[in-house]
Amino acid sequence: MPEQHVVLRHRAIPNLDRLDVYVAHGGYAQLKRAVTEMTPAEVIDVVKASGLRGRGGAGFPTGLKWSFVPAGIDKPRYVVVNNDESEPGTFKDHEITLSNPHQFIEGAVIAAYAIGARDVYIYSRGEFWNEMAHLKACIAEARAAGHLGQGLHGTDYGVEVHVTPGAGAYICGEETALLNSLEGELGMPRLKPPFPAVAGLYACPTVVNNTETLANVPQILEHGPEWYKAIGTEKSPGTKIICVSGHVERPGNYEVPLGTPFAEVLAMAGGVWKGRSMKALLPAGASAPVLTADVAMGMNCDWESVAATGSILGSASFIVLDETTDMAWVAYKTVRFFQHESCGKCSPCREGTFWMKRVLTRIVTGQGEAADIPLLGDVVRQIDSKCFCPLGEFALSAPRSTLAQFEADYRGHVAGAAH
Amino acid sequence: MAESAALPAADRLQRAFAADVAAAIAKYPDDRQASAVLDLLYLAQAAYGRVTTEAIEEVASLLEMDATQVRGVVGFYSLFKEEPHGRMVVHYCTDLPCALRGAEVFLPEVCRAFGVAKPGETSPDGLFSVEEAMCLAACDRAPMMQVNLTYFHDLTPERLDAIVTALKAKADADRTAVGAPYGLGAVDDVAE
Ligand SMILES: Cc1cc2nc3c(=O)[nH]c(=O)nc-3n(C[C@H](O)[C@H](O)[C@H](O)COP(=O)(O)O)c2cc1C
Ligand code: SF4
Ligand code: FES
Repeated sequence: MPEQHVVLRHRAIPNLDRLDVYVAHGGYAQLKRAVTEMTPAEVIDVVKASGLRGRGGAGFPTGLKWSFVPAGIDKPRYVVVNNDESEPGTFKDHEITLSNPHQFIEGAVIAAYAIGARDVYIYSRGEFWNEMAHLKACIAEARAAGHLGQGLHGTDYGVEVHVTPGAGAYICGEETALLNSLEGELGMPRLKPPFPAVAGLYACPTVVNNTETLANVPQILEHGPEWYKAIGTEKSPGTKIICVSGHVERPGNYEVPLGTPFAEVLAMAGGVWKGRSMKALLPAGASAPVLTADVAMGMNCDWESVAATGSILGSASFIVLDETTDMAWVAYKTVRFFQHESCGKCSPCREGTFWMKRVLTRIVTGQGEAADIPLLGDVVRQIDSKCFCPLGEFALSAPRSTLAQFEADYRGHVAGAAH
Repeated sequence: MAESAALPAADRLQRAFAADVAAAIAKYPDDRQASAVLDLLYLAQAAYGRVTTEAIEEVASLLEMDATQVRGVVGFYSLFKEEPHGRMVVHYCTDLPCALRGAEVFLPEVCRAFGVAKPGETSPDGLFSVEEAMCLAACDRAPMMQVNLTYFHDLTPERLDAIVTALKAKADADRTAVGAPYGLGAVDDVAE
């Protein structure tokens, strides 16, 4: 299967970030059609029928999420775009924001119309500093041209799109932590339920969607749900942007139909670099259990196929590891990340990541002893299933899966120490 | 706190960025001005040179928040600086995907080019603070960094030297410039 660009349309259409170019290629026409010819319920039905699933990690059906917003509540509703993109190995929302921003803005406003929201907040990681300025300029231009704002296309529907910054905290990508951050609180996760669709921003009904998810929506309306469903697999319809990083010849974003064999994606990225062979794959950034090359090479890229290997697709950040890679060091690097990013709310995660980092630092710097290997396994078991939010569990993925499959890499570091 | 109450109220943020402050607060519903705390902290960091106690107090009073709460927010996020730092802050990524492509091996080159002995330091001329960063969503173009949150990719020793020269020229030309996110402000006009 070749690449197919539903979201990365700018690869074939130069300057798609310019409003005139976007409009010349059908841009904002679907938003106009939605508000002038469709009811909100009809919009939700189209998105439901397409089978679109969230691209932020969990793969939750998007139309279903929108339909959870309760009818008849006398409260404002909000759409929040999760543009926090901070998972190691993920750089797709960054490309969309730079090169095809109007498409996800249009998708977000269609979502707003569908749930009766009049404000959209695009929460971008603070490091997208210039990208946020670019987004604000795009929004202002679209508003001046009548694609956004009040009294849209002669209706009494109106919407404002706001850009709002994070400030360097991975946990704020978790949707409830993001909402706390957006309210001016510490960016720590909330207890669920209630889910954001019922009580989200300012305790009002809120849909939180990933940037890539929303960028699919205008195309789904334009070509119809049947067209979309025909791409990908039955349970994972559509295309997915796969971020390929690490030991490949051509790292980058590759948008392919879901269900594309991993081996084909690897070939698109030029294969393993330097003529080497592959040792392992992390399919969802630092958060996923590591897969051996054999398993990865036999796997297709969709939620079900990756789950069947015991790992997760997540937001499809594929970190390729060649034969020279020290897997104990890989575990150390992921734990270093999670220890740095633990929000500190619960002690299993806060202290567990601290201890894992200590043991792993000892091991990879040659200060460890044989007993440190089972000790690491013990710490993993002590944290397991005790964390308040998924970050704490993500932190265990690499240590646990590398201990199970690549223990020799650990033993190499402690060889010579007393057994 | 009794001491600072006796001092004239800090207003450097308002004086430097009144329009930006108003625009940030206007994004959010009435009575939800606390939502603007991150927007304002970036501006305050620029106006005061770093997030000082006065900066925190001014933000708190503009947003009708408790200063303790604002201080907590400052500590929670990694992009706010309470300690003195260079006019330009370099975030050099050494996270896993970049490290797989040699980012750790290249780190000494980065320190050399910016004139520091190791990450965490500021160059003697006060221009550059160099820090190691977690993933910056540009792993396909390692080694990479941000300077005042502007991206620079595919670094080589030669490119680094050219970038440092251009940044120094900009700092020289704009000796009094003050902008967010750090000291000198955005450097997005410095060509890659
Ligand atoms: C620790 C953690 C980090 C996350 N980071 C992100 C992120 O950076 N971007 C994102 O869209 N979703 C992220 N998510 C998923 C969100 O919580 C949420 O599921 C998603 O934004 C929903 O949008 P979607 O249904 O369109 O995928 C993260 C989740 C967790 C637990
Ligand atoms: S698991 Fe970690 S990130 Fe999640 S709430 Fe607990 S401390 Fe915070
Ligand atoms: S790991 Fe360096 S940008 Fe992602």
